[in-house]
Amino acid sequence: MLDARTPLVEMTDISISFGGIRAVDHASIDLFPGEVVGLLGHNGAGKSTLIKILSGAYKRDAGSIRINGEDATINNPRDAKGYGIETIYQQLAVADNVDAAANLFLGREITTSIGTLDDAAMEAKAREVMGRLNPNFRRFKEPVKALSGGQRQSVAIARAILFNARILIMDEPTAALGPQETAQVGDLIKQLKADGIGIFLISHDIHDVFDLADRVVVMKNGQVVGSARTSDVTKDEVLGMIILGKVPAGAVPGPGALQS
Amino acid sequence: MADQHAVQTIVHPSAHARNPLQRFLMATELDTRLLGMVGALAIIWIGFHVFSGGLFLTPRNLWNLSVQTASVAVMVTGMVLVIVTRNIDLSVGSILGLVAMVMGVMQTDILPTQLGLGLGHPLIWVLSLAVGLIVGTGIGALQGSIIAYLRVPAFIVTLGGYLVWRGAAWWVTMGRTVAPMDPTFQLMGGGPTGSVGWLWSWIVGVLACCAIIAGLYMGRRQRRRFNFPLRPVWAEAALAVIGCGLTIAAVWVANAYPWPVRIAEKYAEATGMTIPPEGLFISHGIAVPVLIAMGVGIAMTFISTRTRFGRYVFAMGGNPEAAELAGINTRWVTVKIFMLMGALCAIAAAISSARLNAATNAMGTLDELYVIAAAVIGGTSLAGGVGTIAGALLGALVMQSLQSGMVLMGLDSPLQSIVVGIVLVFAVWLDTLYRRNKH
Repeated sequence: MLDARTPLVEMTDISISFGGIRAVDHASIDLFPGEVVGLLGHNGAGKSTLIKILSGAYKRDAGSIRINGEDATINNPRDAKGYGIETIYQQLAVADNVDAAANLFLGREITTSIGTLDDAAMEAKAREVMGRLNPNFRRFKEPVKALSGGQRQSVAIARAILFNARILIMDEPTAALGPQETAQVGDLIKQLKADGIGIFLISHDIHDVFDLADRVVVMKNGQVVGSARTSDVTKDEVLGMIILGKVPAGAVPGPGALQS
Repeated sequence: MADQHAVQTIVHPSAHARNPLQRFLMATELDTRLLGMVGALAIIWIGFHVFSGGLFLTPRNLWNLSVQTASVAVMVTGMVLVIVTRNIDLSVGSILGLVAMVMGVMQTDILPTQLGLGLGHPLIWVLSLAVGLIVGTGIGALQGSIIAYLRVPAFIVTLGGYLVWRGAAWWVTMGRTVAPMDPTFQLMGGGPTGSVGWLWSWIVGVLACCAIIAGLYMGRRQRRRFNFPLRPVWAEAALAVIGCGLTIAAVWVANAYPWPVRIAEKYAEATGMTIPPEGLFISHGIAVPVLIAMGVGIAMTFISTRTRFGRYVFAMGGNPEAAELAGINTRWVTVKIFMLMGALCAIAAAISSARLNAATNAMGTLDELYVIAAAVIGGTSLAGGVGTIAGALLGALVMQSLQSGMVLMGLDSPLQSIVVGIVLVFAVWLDTLYRRNKH
């Protein structure tokens, strides 16, 4: 096992409730540098909620978060970004009415020496990053509203990698994309992994993540069913975990595992 | 693609346009919506000129129009930011009334009598204005905090504020009208003495022309630095000529309006000037409130397009959740927007009360509706995320032009309200059509 190293992220016994419903119930999850962890489960299994706690969008009721082995205080998205946690949200959190460069730098604008926005510099940098990510991207001057789903996704991904993220969270990153763009995202994930970035991939579709992930963690009804290295289990076994909560021999059972 | 590593300048999109008008619009990168508003304004002006028997397009009327627009123009620049973030401020008229009252009492009673500065002390106007700004900003901060941190909708908070501050304005003097204002303070309201005269008007005009040309030049240099497509030189020249031409025309009109004969005679008597036989011609020049409004317009344009605060305002309007997730402190930005709105109400209050030379507790009544209407006519979308300061200023000018034009034509005031109401709905409908066709 890799346990000799310090995990990049350790979320332990996390719980959160919304109006009496336990969306996440004593879930624990970890992530190592250069590792891709697929977080799987049905819609409503609690995976997005769990990850939104890490990215600062929700505040947990109980449990602890450790980043690089140290206790982390994450109360809002700004705190999370301070720890190098970048998130690409399922519902594409881009501001529709401003252009790509403004979105890339939203909240972290480049300013001139007198403190005004340096739009030219931001656009130049945006052209550089987008050129690497999606060379066909040309529409820098238009509001993001006018872009296609894939182009908007490129903007969202570019924003996440622009600021040297150490932990990247991708919530259904390829849901809005065509096959070619999906392949591009796959290549990008391998490239980021090689740079030592830890990545959480969240999906309800096992095919999206199984080939990319080193490890999968399955959630059901707010609890962790179990986790397994993708080399130790088959896709069908993981499907069994997602649907029935049945933990195969190659996986480590969690609190949500089906009791036999 | 070929243009990615091209060393030469990238071709400007206007090179592909077919017909000359389209080519002109693309090359100059002028906002077609703004141009449409200028066209509408021209139609309104010419229409009123014809129907009022040649009274509208006179230096005197245009000068008065500019002064009458100033107060709403100052407030509308703030209302744009409020509406862009999907909020509304119904309390601006009442804030104006309260702040005008407070400033009136400051300069007629508290500062000269109770603090013993004496009437006419040179500091009175500054101190009164400063107190007004503090009160206005404070009210904005209070309303903004309730909206941002207690999550009460802006509509409700400012509807409450509409009643509260109007009541408070009455309370300051138990409904008594405060007059007259400090002589220096009065300059902010315009009038013969509250105008800068022909020489300074030309100086302002020339400075504005220099700024236009410098701005175009700097923009071009910046584009070249990052190898962005440049406008054709003829388009830049056209922009410079149009901008400077309008500036010079405006200054010329302001200077063509002379002081009233009586006041000019009195002034000549006081300074020992001999009155020439053809009569004394002393130019008004640009009025001080108009200069204030232009300064506010420039400052607010700068804030909304060149600062982080302005960028956040528009991002929040486009997608509040995305702005929050991007790490923007959206609540604090909301509070700042309302503080700014309050401060602008205070400036508008100074202009209004100085112009009237009195503060009454009904001052600013219905202003909130004119300000919101001006912002919306000026292209600010109530759905959030869209709006420009320049458009809103033009909207304010359109509203005021309609009103003064109808007064000149001798229309009854109920009929005036009916026309303004219809124009508002019609303008927004046109805007909806325009936006639908654009996408």
